[in-house]
Amino acid sequence: MPLYHDDDQAMLADSARQFMAEEGSIKKQLRHWRDRDCKDGFGHALWEQFGEMGFTGILVDEDDGGLGMGHVEAGIVLEEIGRNLTPSPFLTSSVLAATALKHGGDDIKGRYLPGLIEGKSVFSVAIDEGPKHRPETIRTRAEKSGNGFRLTGQKDFVLHGASSDMLVVAARTSGSDDEPEGITLFAVPKDAANMSHDAVRLVDSSMATHTKFDGVELDGDAVIGEVDGGREILNAMLKAGRVGAAAEGVGVAGGAMDMTVDYLKQRKQFGKLIGEFQALQHRAAHLYSEVEIARAVVVKAQQLLDGDSEKADLMSSVAKAKVSQAAGLAVREGVQMHGGIGMTDEYDIGLYMKRDRALSEYLGDAYYHAGRVAELSGY
Amino acid sequence: MAEQLESFRKETRDWLEANCPPEMRQPVRDEGDVYWGGRNATFKNDAQKQWFEACRDKGYTVPDWPKEYGGAGLSPAEAKVLRQEMAAINARPPLSSFGIWMLGPALLHFGTEGQKQRFLNEIARGEIRWCQGYSEPGSGSDLVSMQTFGEDKGDHWVVNGQKIWTSYADEADWIFCLVRTDKDDKYKGITFMLFDMASDGVSTKPIKLISGNSPFCETFMDDVKVPKSYGEDVPGYVGEINRGWDVAKYLLGHEREMISATGGGDRATSLGAATSRQGELDPVLRAQMALFDIDALSFTAMSEKFMDELKAGKGHPAQPNMLKYAGTELNKRRNELMMSAGGSTALEWESEETSGGKTARGWLRTKANSIEGGTSEVMLNVIAKRILELPGA
Ligand SMILES: Cc1cc2nc3c(=O)[nH]c(=O)nc-3n(C[C@H](O)[C@H](O)[C@H](O)COP(=O)(O)OP(=O)(O)OC[C@H]3O[C@@H](n4cnc5c(N)ncnc54)[C@H](O)[C@@H]3O)c2cc1C
Repeated sequence: MPLYHDDDQAMLADSARQFMAEEGSIKKQLRHWRDRDCKDGFGHALWEQFGEMGFTGILVDEDDGGLGMGHVEAGIVLEEIGRNLTPSPFLTSSVLAATALKHGGDDIKGRYLPGLIEGKSVFSVAIDEGPKHRPETIRTRAEKSGNGFRLTGQKDFVLHGASSDMLVVAARTSGSDDEPEGITLFAVPKDAANMSHDAVRLVDSSMATHTKFDGVELDGDAVIGEVDGGREILNAMLKAGRVGAAAEGVGVAGGAMDMTVDYLKQRKQFGKLIGEFQALQHRAAHLYSEVEIARAVVVKAQQLLDGDSEKADLMSSVAKAKVSQAAGLAVREGVQMHGGIGMTDEYDIGLYMKRDRALSEYLGDAYYHAGRVAELSGY
Repeated sequence: MAEQLESFRKETRDWLEANCPPEMRQPVRDEGDVYWGGRNATFKNDAQKQWFEACRDKGYTVPDWPKEYGGAGLSPAEAKVLRQEMAAINARPPLSSFGIWMLGPALLHFGTEGQKQRFLNEIARGEIRWCQGYSEPGSGSDLVSMQTFGEDKGDHWVVNGQKIWTSYADEADWIFCLVRTDKDDKYKGITFMLFDMASDGVSTKPIKLISGNSPFCETFMDDVKVPKSYGEDVPGYVGEINRGWDVAKYLLGHEREMISATGGGDRATSLGAATSRQGELDPVLRAQMALFDIDALSFTAMSEKFMDELKAGKGHPAQPNMLKYAGTELNKRRNELMMSAGGSTALEWESEETSGGKTARGWLRTKANSIEGGTSEVMLNVIAKRILELPGA
């Protein structure tokens, strides 16, 4: 498969670009909700519009009412989300949770997918325990209790946790904390007793929670897939989520770079446009190269994932790490080349820097993924 | 379509199995492992000869050139399959040459039918080895300022001047050479000439590199007679007289694309995995290796995307400059890391164990990657100007 968008994908990209620039713009969404101190950090009306566009069910099978598309297509939407810094629960709901639900039975799909597809339900995923992404270790426990389970533990960095209708929680049903097996995924409804959220606003104005499970009683039908069979589903979620976050990161990088290159063509100092200075030209050209390369590896990873390739796991880490480095460069160079105005809240470039920071950390930063690449490559 | 491609893949696999000797499925170790062709070429061993001849007869020295010019006429998709299958068994290129990478593409685009029939076939069959006469002592990055002059004598020019850094000039049979034919017009006063290095008045003097090898030369032209025609429909220049700069630039695009492949291309192995066998990597070096592998795998995807887009007529025409910049900087980093991983063994300059200082010499040679074919700084200038459209660039 060639590494560029086919005609259908190009059409989707056009409509996503137009939609996000109009409806998901920084002014209309990110600043609007931020300045109102919104407890969700995103707009539910926009989420419903995502539903009308079909985006919400983009990865959901057609038989289940979705569009049945792949990660290339989900990535197209994510890149536009990134470019406009559009706050939305798309990545957690439509990519991560949707991937988990793919592995569930008809009952659980029927319970949750219709709400997702309509853009009425919001889902979160609760994986991390502690400030760094270490999904190899899972301490949150689910013990057998009657016909169901009793969930105890704490999860962190649960994006949209307090706003969500259901949380996909990775918990241990057997084995010790570091064992790969013995994990089970649960769909925990928002009104579950003994679950509490400590909601925190993050640097990019999005909302996350530290979520406590203090003996949460769950029915057996809350299990997604098989008991003790959650690691494989979790890995599928992580691959999808990482490639998705990488696609969003390419959008963030591209948005920051375009703003910066435009600025170089407008701002005058010493009687010249600053874009005439070779020192800045070279840095802009280097940045362009890095962003293009990051974009290429994201498409590669998306295609491998869609093709169910063995290499998808390695390349999802490569893509996540590469984008995090390229986008990091884009926002740092962006602020620097804007000079003082780049430090002001009024100007958008700083918002890109904040978003990049949060997105880079989500599902593993570049250092985590570099370690993974070394391990998967056998050194 | 996909089915046809799969059957082509199978055929290719079988053909490679039958025709690519085991010795040719190992990484290139030294210069002798590369077959450049030409009048004076010799094979290092039978396997090299056998592999070259099998490919030549099949058109696989230049798989995507048309059959009538010595290629195999493969479609872009088929050529990609062949590349993948060759990479899968680590097959060496059967023939390397500036004819394939540089002159060939320029002739396919600008050449007359007669030039294509003659020169492309010679290149594809490895009969004539070409060298590139662009740079002069006073004109490197600012190439268009070059001075070598050809005086018009009716049916021929008399060329005088000096070229420098001419790679393999002492081993090449013919040269494609930029010659000024109009002193009053900087850009529209250059002709892209073709002539035999055995012509009277051409002489070369090797220059030794820091890697200890002497693959390039000063090339002197002293009243060299260059015919305007080598026979019917075979002009002694490419494109139009005084419009050689267009050809030169087009060729540079292909050269940059080719040099960028040093950064990864189809190289599948992880640097970290390849070097950690030499001993445990220090943790910080291991981390650098991993960051390198991430960049290398990403760059490989970029190269693949570039090729796919090129074949489909998509993508920015100045993109080879970006690939050249990123690929060569990456290759320099790769070699720095290989030196670090190798420790004191990598410092050995002549020992048998290191195949005559392969790591150290290779490391030094890669420093030229970001100079030859246009420096990294010049690549950044071009990206700034042509892709980002920055002012005054
Ligand atoms: C191994 C090798 C093989 C080669 N093979 C060939 C060959 O076969 N045929 C051939 O014709 N040539 C060949 N070359 C020559 C090569 O193309 C030139 O060396 C190259 O174009 C640079 O020119 P220069 O050496 O004169 O450096 P200069 O142009 O003098 O550059 C010196 C420094 O100044 C920088 N610089 C120059 N201009 C600018 C600018 N505008 N902005 C910012 N920085 C600038 C450069 O980037 C460089 O760092 C080869 C070179 C090498 C190293």
